[in-house]
Formats: sequence, structure tokens, C-alpha cells
Amino acid sequence: MPTHHQGGFVIFASFLIAILLTILPLPTWAQTFRPEWVTLVLIYWCMALPTRVNIGWGWIAGLLLDVTLGDLLGLHALTMTLVAFLTIKLYQRIRVYPPGQQALAILILVAMSQLLVLWIHGITGTTPGSWTYWLPSISSAIIWPWLFVVMRGARRHFRVT
Amino acid sequence: MTMDHRYHHLDAVRSTLSLVIEPIRQVINLPFSLASDVSENLSSRSTLLDKNEELRVKNLLLKAQLQKYAALQSENMRLRELLDSSFKVGEKVLIAELLRVDLDPFTRRIVINKGSNDDLFSGQPLLDSEGIIGQILQVSPFSSTAMLITDPSHAIPIQLNSTGQRAIATGTGRPGELELLHIPSNTKLAVGELLVTSGLGGRFPAGYPVARVIRTLKHPGKPYLEVIAQPTAHLQRSREVLVVWPTTGPAPESTTGAK
Repeated sequence: MPTHHQGGFVIFASFLIAILLTILPLPTWAQTFRPEWVTLVLIYWCMALPTRVNIGWGWIAGLLLDVTLGDLLGLHALTMTLVAFLTIKLYQRIRVYPPGQQALAILILVAMSQLLVLWIHGITGTTPGSWTYWLPSISSAIIWPWLFVVMRGARRHFRVT
Repeated sequence: MTMDHRYHHLDAVRSTLSLVIEPIRQVINLPFSLASDVSENLSSRSTLLDKNEELRVKNLLLKAQLQKYAALQSENMRLRELLDSSFKVGEKVLIAELLRVDLDPFTRRIVINKGSNDDLFSGQPLLDSEGIIGQILQVSPFSSTAMLITDPSHAIPIQLNSTGQRAIATGTGRPGELELLHIPSNTKLAVGELLVTSGLGGRFPAGYPVARVIRTLKHPGKPYLEVIAQPTAHLQRSREVLVVWPTTGPAPESTTGAK
């Protein structure tokens, strides 16, 4: 079977933009609402092209995110790997959900990745100690339907396969 | 892998990877640096003249103070030589600019625009004109991440300026608040008391202002006071920071008034 991939740079660029959005300066009140952009983009690509974007992409994206945020090296790499794994396991289901239900699945996925990050932070001794830590999960779920439409548009426009 | 990081084997990997991230950081910072350049270019002549005059006056005042300071310094050095201590004054400094980048909102970290190309190293102290800001955490060739003293995982050895009693100030994660650990509840501590670095641990140079006490709370059931202090440095507002190469060892035990 001839596999003809194209548009790899679109995937790469989308991850770079996600990282850019992650560190974009926001006013203080808005900082805690910042969605987990990289996780969302990863979930989208894993759902749209599960044969193309897989755990390896998740690992690399997570590693870059660690370096960007100055976190423990490997922390986000681990959680992104887990998110990619689960999405690839579940994509056939999530794909056919209506947008609202999809957002709910995203909420659970992002919250799980946040829980893992919280555990590792807990082990290394820096816990945020405020319930606002969980706001990104909610904002990620809320923004998901729009992100989905934008990403699908980009994927079709650049014919990423 | 996470464990490996604890022993700093991966610093080289991190600094290589950060080269990929560097353009992103610069792109984000670009609009802000452009805006400040433009506003500088557009400021009117009279404002510039005013500013110039103000700075000249300030410079004069500082110079006058410096004369006194120079005399004091030489006297201090002479006395210390008499005591045979290895104290040296005159640290090398470098001015670095903050990159406008947001990191995790629950930690207090900043990114500055100087890195290992300028011989910065991890653990180096950062100051502004009013006091200690924090220390460098990770260096990459063109930028480095630094931890503010208000970061919840940061602690700095300090000394009460009046009595010389030593303590440790940790960050709380809240902007503008430090907490002093293990202050016995019978300690005399006034609100407004200045806390300076003690130089113990050898990481921060001794004698720099760190914070002022803003609140003390006595819990009857506990052996220690709860002391909250506010950093003297403008942690939230500074655009430029001073990176210091300390040449001082830890302050000699026998000469500081240990009580």
C-alpha cells in the first residue's frame, strides 16, 4: 500500500504555534484560564491522523514544552505520551461524538494529564495549592469545538494526509 | 528520566533543545521591544530634557554618597584585613533584560536575554536597584530561566538587619510575599524591619537588602512566629536585572555578630 504523506510542516508549525500561545504574555487574571494548547493540538492530530501523529510526536512536543516552561525535563513528555496513547486508543469513538460530547472527552483527557503533572510536581515538592490549577482543563474543553474547526480547516486547506 | 534530572546530567540536552525554542521566545518578545523602542523615539524633546536634568541631579547625589562609601569601603577592608578574613568587595555585574514570556502561573519564574554565551551559570544571583530578585535556574546559550525569591521552591538565607539574627526566607508563590521560617515566638521583630542576605550558603553575596517585614502573627499554640515580608526589589515591575558574579565567600562566622 503506497503511503503518501504530505504536509508534515503544517503539523510541526501547529505545534510551534501551540507552544507560542502557551508562553504568550497575558494579563494576570487570564493566566489561570490559559488552555493547554499543546495538549489540544496533539489530541487533534492524533484523532485526525492516528497513523501519522503518534506517541513519538507527543513525546517530542512534550519535551519542547518542558524546555520552554523550564520544567523538569521529561515531565510533559511523559504526560503527552500518555495523552497521545489514550487518544489513539479512543479516536474511533471520540471522532463520531457530537461537539459537546467531544468537549467532555477532552475535559477528561486534559484533566488527566494535569493530574499527572500535579503528581510529579507533588513528588518534587512544588504543588500549586489552589483549585484554580484545574481551570485550564475547563477552558480547554470550552475552546475545543472552535479549535477543532480551525484545525480541520487548516488540515483540508494544506491537504495534510 | 525525571529522576535523572535531579542529578543534572541532562543540562546539556536541555540547553541544546532550548535553541529550538529560542526563536519562539524572541518572536513573542518582538512586539514589546518594538513598542518600547518606538515610544522612546517618539518622546518629546522637553520630556527628554527633564529626564536628563533629573538624572543629572540623581547622579550627583549618588556620586556624593559614593565618596563616603569609598572611604567606608577602604576602612572596612582594612579592618577585615586586620581580622584575616577573605572578604572581598567589588563584584562583576552584567545588565540583562527580561523577555516578555509567561511561564507556569503557579511558579514565579522569568526568562532573561543573557545566557551561557555571556558566562552566566546556574545558581547565579540576580539583583535590581532595590535588592535581590532571585537566582538563575537554567542557562541556555542565548537566554536563561531564573527563579524569583517569591517562587514556592525558593529559599534564601537572610539576617535581620538590626539584631543580626539569621533566618531563612522562602517564597510563597504569591506575588510580593516571603515567609520567614522558624522564628522563635519570643523574637523581637518590628514591622518594617529590613532583612538582608546573610551570605551563608555562599550563593548570594552578603549584605544586600531582600525584604521588609510587613506582618507578624503569633499563634499561641505554636513555637514559631508567622512572619510575612515583602521583597524590596520590584519583582513585578523591573524590566532590567543585574546579574552578579559573586567574589565573596560566605561571611566569616567569627566576625559577624552571632547572637
